[in-house]
Amino acid sequence: MDDLRYEAPDSPDAASSMLAEAGAGGRVFAGGTDVMVQIHAELIDPDVIVDIKKIPGIMSISESGGAYTFGAATAGMVLMAHEGFASTWPGIIDGVALIGSIQVKGRASVGGNVCNASPAADSTPAMIAAGAICNIVGPNGSREAPVEDIVTGPGKTSLAAGEFILSFTMPARAPHSGDAYLRLTPRTEMDIAVVGAGVNLTLDDAGTCTAARVSLGAVAPTPLLVAEAADALIGTKVDEAALAKMGEACSAACNPISDKRGTKEYRIKTASVIAQRAAQIALERAREN
Amino acid sequence: MTKRSHISLSVNGDEYECLCEPDQSLVDVLRNELELTGTKEGCSTGDCGACSIRLDGDLVCSCLVLAVEAEGKEIETIEGMTPKSDELHPLQRHFLEINGLQCGICTPGILVAAKALLEKNPDPTETEIRFWLAGNLCRCTGYDKIIRSVQAAAEEMRKG
Amino acid sequence: MASILEESGFNPSADLKVVGTNPVKHDGLDKVTGRAKFGADAFLPGMLVGKILRSPHAHAIIKSIDTSKAEALPGVKAVVTRDDFPEKAPGSGPGDMTRNVMAREKALYDGHPVAAIAATSERVAKKALKLIEVEYEILPHVIDPVEAMKPGAPILHDYIRTKGAVENEDAQTNVTERMVTQLGDADAGFEDADIIVERSFDSAPMHQGYIEPQACIADYSEDGQVEVWCCTQAPFVYRDRLSAILDIDCNKINVQQSELGGGFGGKTGFYGEPIAILLSKKASAAVKIVLSRIEVFRGTGPVSGTSYTIKMGCKKDGTITAAQANMVFQSGPYAGSMYFNAPNAMFTRYDIKNVDIVAYEVLSNRQKVASFRAPCVPQIVFGVEGVVDEMARKIKMDPIDFRLKNACEDGHTTIYGDTWGPIGFIETLKQAKASDHYNTPVKPGEGRGISTGFWFNRGGETAASLNLAPDGTVTIAIGTADVAGSRISISMMAAEELGIPVDQVRVKMVDTNSLGFNRVTAGSRTTFSVGMVIVDSARKCIAELRRRAAEAWDVPEDGVIFEDGMVRPASANVGDFEPMSIADICKKTTMSHGAISGHTEMNVTGAGPGFAVNIVDVKVDENTGRTDVTRYTVIQDVGKAIHPQQVEGQIQGGAIQGVGWALNEEYIYGEDGRLQNAGFLDYRMPVASDVPMVDTIMVEVPNPAHPFGLRGVGEVPVVPTMAAVGNAVGDAIGIRPTSLPMSPPKLLAIIEQAKAEGVYKG
Repeated sequence: MDDLRYEAPDSPDAASSMLAEAGAGGRVFAGGTDVMVQIHAELIDPDVIVDIKKIPGIMSISESGGAYTFGAATAGMVLMAHEGFASTWPGIIDGVALIGSIQVKGRASVGGNVCNASPAADSTPAMIAAGAICNIVGPNGSREAPVEDIVTGPGKTSLAAGEFILSFTMPARAPHSGDAYLRLTPRTEMDIAVVGAGVNLTLDDAGTCTAARVSLGAVAPTPLLVAEAADALIGTKVDEAALAKMGEACSAACNPISDKRGTKEYRIKTASVIAQRAAQIALERAREN
Repeated sequence: MTKRSHISLSVNGDEYECLCEPDQSLVDVLRNELELTGTKEGCSTGDCGACSIRLDGDLVCSCLVLAVEAEGKEIETIEGMTPKSDELHPLQRHFLEINGLQCGICTPGILVAAKALLEKNPDPTETEIRFWLAGNLCRCTGYDKIIRSVQAAAEEMRKG
Repeated sequence: MASILEESGFNPSADLKVVGTNPVKHDGLDKVTGRAKFGADAFLPGMLVGKILRSPHAHAIIKSIDTSKAEALPGVKAVVTRDDFPEKAPGSGPGDMTRNVMAREKALYDGHPVAAIAATSERVAKKALKLIEVEYEILPHVIDPVEAMKPGAPILHDYIRTKGAVENEDAQTNVTERMVTQLGDADAGFEDADIIVERSFDSAPMHQGYIEPQACIADYSEDGQVEVWCCTQAPFVYRDRLSAILDIDCNKINVQQSELGGGFGGKTGFYGEPIAILLSKKASAAVKIVLSRIEVFRGTGPVSGTSYTIKMGCKKDGTITAAQANMVFQSGPYAGSMYFNAPNAMFTRYDIKNVDIVAYEVLSNRQKVASFRAPCVPQIVFGVEGVVDEMARKIKMDPIDFRLKNACEDGHTTIYGDTWGPIGFIETLKQAKASDHYNTPVKPGEGRGISTGFWFNRGGETAASLNLAPDGTVTIAIGTADVAGSRISISMMAAEELGIPVDQVRVKMVDTNSLGFNRVTAGSRTTFSVGMVIVDSARKCIAELRRRAAEAWDVPEDGVIFEDGMVRPASANVGDFEPMSIADICKKTTMSHGAISGHTEMNVTGAGPGFAVNIVDVKVDENTGRTDVTRYTVIQDVGKAIHPQQVEGQIQGGAIQGVGWALNEEYIYGEDGRLQNAGFLDYRMPVASDVPMVDTIMVEVPNPAHPFGLRGVGEVPVVPTMAAVGNAVGDAIGIRPTSLPMSPPKLLAIIEQAKAEGVYKG
């Protein structure tokens, strides 16, 4: 605490070498909406706060051949206001829109939401369902990894010392595809997901599901990519029976805890409900697309 | 001793300089270093919105911003809301007339947030106002008269 | 001149000019501009930062506290522990108070203060806290009050014996008191009943949830004089209690209240103030303590959680023949839950001849409970009104008709012995029945609930002064707090009485050196009581104005009358004199005769009881158990709304607090006895998008003991809320919930039960 430093490097390399040097005492600081809370609650006591927002491109959105890339520190409100991105990835926007208040989203980023590694993070299941790829930089150069490979446990990631996510790249949106994220909370806003579900699916011209990804939040130590749930949709018209089967697969994949936010049984039961509702929204969006 | 950093920032158009610690929050500096106490601190975790300010135009919780980040930035607080010394912003006026405040502790944050809303969306629905202000807790009013005050101010501002 | 307690001067046909209008409140401008000074908004030169170290254990003997390392840290100016507080007998009022402020023999809850630091900065203070070494001997703890009653439960205090015990009177226990309240013959009443309903209920504690954390500055000077600045509902009570626990004379403690950022009962007792005083004394500098939100949840009072059974019986025509209750109230580690309100208020509004209530107050290893609007009543009315509804359903009677059948009338003598004057309960029920809400069909898939509530309303010790300035304008000094609108209402009553515009009156909340004792602002007493005192003071001024006019005109005093703000001859026979305004007389006579002022202190009586009816519509998600309140109407007898907008605000705010309590708010503890949701993220108060507008119908059945007919309005709005939401949820899903909060997991389980039993409505 005594030697705490704040650094705001303007290149990825400088940032990663600062982080590598600091080791466990280094803290990546983007929107700060989690880090500030953790400092206040004395849950963390960093030696160096590395503010990455001065790195070029880390707060901007670009598109190339239908594939979007956005900086990891891009504030939620900026993503939501980007018409092209928001209309292409409405499910990610569903998740981003649920990260705290307007004030919090004025700062909070998807990069922070993913790397804070809460099992209940709202944008993470949406990003996993979307098939987003993380562009990671570190002392040993750059690498790519799917979002589902980042979170390894509550508060834990697969990022090595000195590594951080620079940006996310989304695949180009297929025709007749759509995504959605839905969560269950006691309140309408300002809450933490008891269950979250992200669904991204693609239909053929006849309306049969040809590809799907289903991701769940808050039902296991990490956000889950549930292949069995996706399999339940693929090859179907996403009718009631298919949705029910997908719901069952979701409940079966849950490995939750009971805590102040919900019991284990409640989470397992409602994971199916929320996933089905998210899938229905994704389906409607796919049909319109 | 932790080394303190020198920062210069603009608050409501006035230039300020001060020293702050690396992990000091902006609300702490606004209130305790600059003594601009109109911005309130209710939770320090971004859950109550009492510390709402504008940071280069963005509506944020100043408890979730590091003071050192404010270097060179423009900040707008409740103290800068009144356009002239003898004139209130329509939101302030309607909050008074409709009684959109009781104890008043959440009021500065709500006014700052509502102003940001009306700049972005001059004709918000009741639902839009409610969701925009979901990050501003009020325990006294039950929100009814807050929402009505924002609606009345929006209507007046639309008429110009 | 008769006291206002004897002659209120209430005139039902008075042509009121100010009362009943909605002027902008005088304290409003400072609140919309950020100028208003709340507890944390003051600074003194050389001020230090005070921080409190809290126990992480729910129950532990404090074997030793070593502060030497903390004291050695540069920047630390003072450390205080239990050793700095005067010894007060355990179990006495001051003994309990001082131990809740600073743990003494034992830490009794997660968050119990054990030491405090004053330092030159927050950083140093926080670091110093970590250097304090406390040796604990951890003891088994008990959180649940029902568990705490059982034989073999961990005992919090070895000296507690149950007051009113009927067995094991000498045994160590956590039950402080067993209180019996009876009327008539309950057994006989149940024998007369055609229908009997008996249900068990429970409620989790909720927190008052004020947005302003407790904050104070104390400045102790070398001559023993203490200045305290703090946010409080009770500056005089704070002073007197500080005096009692710190052994400082009252006249040496001056408490100045700040603007109050919400209290709802939670700021009627102090937390950091005595600590700041002792730190300031040791450090010879002013010390400011501002609690964090985590500390507010861990260290300050929530309301009483309860566990209880209600049994009621009625005849086929709807007449309630008997009511019985057995109730457990948790109080935290010390007595003082105000649970005695419940027996007196829970059934009161229905004319029930046979009542039998047993209530227990129980200690456990939780935060000491504090008051909240209508302390200990709303959580019990949740059960009572559920049973009342069920009886109405069983005899297929409209729920409002059922309540009308049993409603108390004027002149009713209550279970606590008071005989009421005019009351508005029947009128509120009639207006509820005639309301648009009640006559609009329930939307498909939704449920509707109604319920009713009562609160005594209070008076009490009040002192205030009204001063006429040389230009005839008015300043008023009050010693009560303004929890949301009392200053403007007091200004309006003074203006009405003096016949001047309200803008010529300003009310100031003064420090405790400036007035005599004022009771806490609580119980819906302030606008009523201060209004009485101020109108009385205004009348004293008017008498003096008449005296001075008589002198100027050289006529007898009874030849001068005061009317519409003017002093004039009583008749043409008195003489032909130009009427004089208050300003005329003040300008002419202030320098020659001295200022005109009125001062009154009295124990105000005559508060008129208040009643409300709630109508609530809800939609419950069949598959998740989530509830949305879709429509809310409150019908409340307010006597006379001095400032209707302010009154409406009280009603709306109370209703939504009740919605929070009904649906989601609760204290959650882990197995280790630690509070798990000490923050606004997981302590789920309603946000703006959670709730609808709250419609109000203000019934005005005047209270003739008050010059303008007013009744207190602050407590009643919360009383029926959770019951109304509960009845609506029951209507929506087929089974009426019995446990607060009615959170989604609980409701989903009830929905499944309803489906299994074939009663699910949906």
